[in-house]
Amino acid sequence: MAVIRDVIPAFELFQPASVDDALRLLDQHGADAWVLAGGLDSMDWLKDRIKRPRYVVDLSQIAELRGIKEANGGLEIGAMTPLTEVVRHPVVRDRFGLLMLAAELVASPQIRNQGTIGGNVTQDTRCWYYRGGWNCYRAGGNTCYADTPTAVNREHAIFDADRCVAVSPSDTAPALVALDAQMVIRGKNGERVVPAEQYFIGPGVDITRMTVIKHGELLTAIRIPATWAGAQFYFEKVRDRQVWDFPLVNVASAIKPDGGNIGSARIVVGAVSCVPRRLANVEAAIAGKPRNEATADMAGKMAVEGAQPLRYNGYKVPLMRNLVKRAIRGSEGGTWTS
Amino acid sequence: MDLLRWGRDPWGEWVLTHISWNLFWGSLFAGILFFVAHASYMFLSAHRKRAAAETDALEAKFKSLPAKIPRHSLVARLFHWVMAAAMFVLLFTAFLPIVGVQFPWVTWHWIAGLVLTASILFHIVHATFWLDFWSIWVGPKDIPEFKAEILRELGHEVEGPKPGKYPLGNRLYHLAIVVAGLLVVGTGVFMMSRVRTPLFTRNPYLFRDSTWGLTYVGHGLAGVGLVGLVIAHVYFAVRPEKWWITKSMIFGWITRRQYLEHHEPSRWAVAGGGTSSAKPSQNV
Repeated sequence: MAVIRDVIPAFELFQPASVDDALRLLDQHGADAWVLAGGLDSMDWLKDRIKRPRYVVDLSQIAELRGIKEANGGLEIGAMTPLTEVVRHPVVRDRFGLLMLAAELVASPQIRNQGTIGGNVTQDTRCWYYRGGWNCYRAGGNTCYADTPTAVNREHAIFDADRCVAVSPSDTAPALVALDAQMVIRGKNGERVVPAEQYFIGPGVDITRMTVIKHGELLTAIRIPATWAGAQFYFEKVRDRQVWDFPLVNVASAIKPDGGNIGSARIVVGAVSCVPRRLANVEAAIAGKPRNEATADMAGKMAVEGAQPLRYNGYKVPLMRNLVKRAIRGSEGGTWTS
Repeated sequence: MDLLRWGRDPWGEWVLTHISWNLFWGSLFAGILFFVAHASYMFLSAHRKRAAAETDALEAKFKSLPAKIPRHSLVARLFHWVMAAAMFVLLFTAFLPIVGVQFPWVTWHWIAGLVLTASILFHIVHATFWLDFWSIWVGPKDIPEFKAEILRELGHEVEGPKPGKYPLGNRLYHLAIVVAGLLVVGTGVFMMSRVRTPLFTRNPYLFRDSTWGLTYVGHGLAGVGLVGLVIAHVYFAVRPEKWWITKSMIFGWITRRQYLEHHEPSRWAVAGGGTSSAKPSQNV
C-alpha cells in the first residue's frame, strides 16, 4: 500500500453551482480535471498522491444534483444525494427496499453521511496494486500484478477477467441493476440515459474505466422505474469486517411471485467481476418454479458455472453459490421487504 | 507530442509500456496523405506506360502464349484473402476502441492474430518449396528497374527493364509487410501468454518488465505501421489502372496482352512463351 502523506498536492478547486458550469469546467480543463463527489474515493487517490489533478471540480454545491423525487411511479435520485438520505427516504424504504438494504450496508454511518449514491456506483476499483500506484493495465501499463501466481488476490474477480482482475466494490450497484435503474449522464453534447446494467464496463471493453462515463461527463441522476416496486427483495453482503468494509461478495435480488411460484426475478452479484454480474441464466431457470430449497440449490449451482478463481479467491465460488441460494430462499440470513 | 509511453516497474525503474496512440493517428494521416498525394499526381502527371504499338508487336512475337496467363494459384489466392480478412479484423479490433467504438475486442483480436500467424507460416513454407521464392524480393539487381520506373512516373520514355512477375511497387510493399507482419505476429504470440485463452496457461513472468515493454512497443509500432500500409494497399487495389492485378488475385490469371504490356517476358517466363530464355515460373 502506498504511504498516506499528510498534505495533498496543491490543486485549483472549483465549486460550480450548476451542472452546466461544472461541464464547462470539465471541458475547459480536460484530462487535468478531477470530479469530486462525496470525496471518499477521491481523497484516497489524492492523499496517496497516485492521482495528481491540477483542477478539482467539486459537485457539492450543485443543488440540482441532490434529492429524491417521485416520477412515473418510480424515483429519480440526484447523483449527489447522500447515502443516508437514500436509506431514510420513505418511498425507498416502502417500495424499493432493495436499494435501502444495499445503501445501509455501505461502509459506516459517517461515510454514508458523506458518500453519495452517484459516487458509490461510479467509484474506482479497490484493487490494491492499482490503488497503490503500480503501473498495471488499469493504470495504463501492460501488466496485471494481481493476476500472477504469487499475487495477493483474495478480493479479486472470479468471472470475466480480461487481463485485469479488479472488481467493482459498490454495494448499491447490484441493487440498482436488479431494480433495472437508468443512469442519467450529461456531457457538453447533451444528456444520455443508460441502463444500469450497461453503465458498468469490464476490462475487455475498456481496461482503464469502470463505467461508461467519459472525461467531461457527469452522472447526474439515477431513475428507478416502477417495474420492480414492491417486489420481494433480498440483499446480503459478506465482508471481512462487519463494521466497515467493502464486499467480498454481495447479492441483490428482486422476485415477483406468481401464485406459489417465482414469476419473474432479477438477481445480481457484486464483487465477483469488474461489473455487477446479472445472472440472466438463473433468472430464466427459476421463473415458474417454486421458491424452495431445490430451486435455490439449482440456482446456486448455475450461478457459479464458468467461475475461474485466482490463487487466493477460490472461496468466492462457494460464497457466491450460497449467497445466491439464500437470495432464492429469501428467508434465511437476510432481510425481506415487500 | 509523446510517441512512447513509460511507466515505473515495481522496482522503481522507468520502463517502456506502450506506444502513444498519437502514432496511430499519425499513421492514419500518413496513409490518407499518401492516397491523396498519389491520386493527385496520377491525375495530373504524364506517366508513361508501354505504347500500344509496342505491345501489339510483342503480341505478334509471342503468339504461342495462352490467352490467359496464370498469375496466382488457388492456394496462393486463398492465403492472400485469409490473411487480408485476418488483417482487417486485427486492425479494426485494435483501433476501433481507440477511436471510441468500444466492444469486447481482445478475443476477436487474438483469434485473428492466430489465423494471421498460421497463414504466414503456411505462406513461408508454400513460397519456399512450391513457388518462385525470389520473384517477390527486391535487391541490388532491381536498381535499373527502379530508375526506369521512376523516370516513367516522371513522364519520360525510357527503354529500361519492365518488371518480372511482380511490379517493383509490389515487391517493395511485400518487403514492408514482411517486416511489419513478422514483428506484429512475433510480438503478438508472446503477448498471448498474458491473455486468458483456452490454449495455454497464462505466464506473466515470461519476460521481465523492460522486455515486455519492448514487446508491446514493437507490437504497437508494427500495428500502426500496418494501418498506413493497408490504406496504401487498398488504395492501389481499387485504382482503375491496377484492377487487372486485383482481378488476378480473385480469378488467378491475367490476359496475354496485360502480361506483355506490364511485364518483361525475359524476367517472367510463362509456359508457351517460345522465345524466352528464362525458365517458366510457378504461380505465386
